[in-house]
Amino acid sequence: MDHDPPDLTRAFRLGIRDGLPFLIVIVPFGMLFGVLAGEAGWSLTEIMAMTILVIAGASQFTALQLLSEHAPLLIAIVTALAVNLRLAMYSASLAQYIGATPPLGRVLAAYCLTDQTYGISMTRLARGPELTPRERLAHFLGGAVPVCIPWYFATWLGTALGSAIPPALALDFAAPITFIALVGPGLRTLPQIAAALVSVVVALALAALPYNLWLLIAALAGMTTGALTEIWLERRA
Amino acid sequence: MSDSARIWILIAAVSVGTFLIRYSFIGLVGDRAIPRWAARMLRYVPVAVMPALVAPLIAWPQATGGETDPARLLAALAALGVGIATRNVLASIFGGMAVLYLTLWLVG
Repeated sequence: MDHDPPDLTRAFRLGIRDGLPFLIVIVPFGMLFGVLAGEAGWSLTEIMAMTILVIAGASQFTALQLLSEHAPLLIAIVTALAVNLRLAMYSASLAQYIGATPPLGRVLAAYCLTDQTYGISMTRLARGPELTPRERLAHFLGGAVPVCIPWYFATWLGTALGSAIPPALALDFAAPITFIALVGPGLRTLPQIAAALVSVVVALALAALPYNLWLLIAALAGMTTGALTEIWLERRA
Repeated sequence: MSDSARIWILIAAVSVGTFLIRYSFIGLVGDRAIPRWAARMLRYVPVAVMPALVAPLIAWPQATGGETDPARLLAALAALGVGIATRNVLASIFGGMAVLYLTLWLVG
């Protein structure tokens, strides 16, 4: 297969553009972390170190809550990491597309692999145009720009403003809306819809399980459903 | 142990651990071939992980103390409906947020 020479700048710019809509939800979500961590008595240095080094919202909220409840430190660490285990699935999925790119680029991609950056990349890959592995990496890193950098600033802003932010803004709901916006526009085929439905049902049924086990089981159930439905459709055709 | 020491140990452990989770396949497995069944399952990661992640947040929001909230439920349905109908991320986010604020304002 012949490809035009890779146009990394264009792919990177396309990534930025694809990521921009998420600013609307990243900012309130990051601010919420800043507000809550500030209220829990964390210093600005601690808050910013957490948000820059961990850069994974759901686990940050989990760890913050457990430490505030005086849970054992080890439990807080293990639970936060369990929340992030889903990122291994994103990593495995993304490796299919950018596995052949230079190591340094992949280190950077690993650092900013989040629900949003992964979703932005997958949406573009599903829609085309066809990209070379390096262009995919450039697009992924472009998509990370409007997600990761505003995440830092929003956290700082949340800490600075603190409880001056009215609860009526319902900052908490920015995250769910983001995830829906990441999935809804890409739901097309029967296997995809079946996978999504099964994952929702299993997640709700098992929600009481500890250590985010419900999420991992629901995700595996959804993935298996998608794969089996795909095989079933192929055999029928 | 002081609170600050606990926080710093947590930050160090979670950031290193999270990076290793993220780096696992992208970095260590790279472009090595994987079994066909595994590749088939990985195609469904986006639609299997994110709906599961979001479902409990919608059904039992923390902000309402875990009680199902009509405003948040409607907002989620709006974001999903607009997303599927328009195939547009921005429209989906705006649709969801608009319904959320409108319903909260009407109810509150």
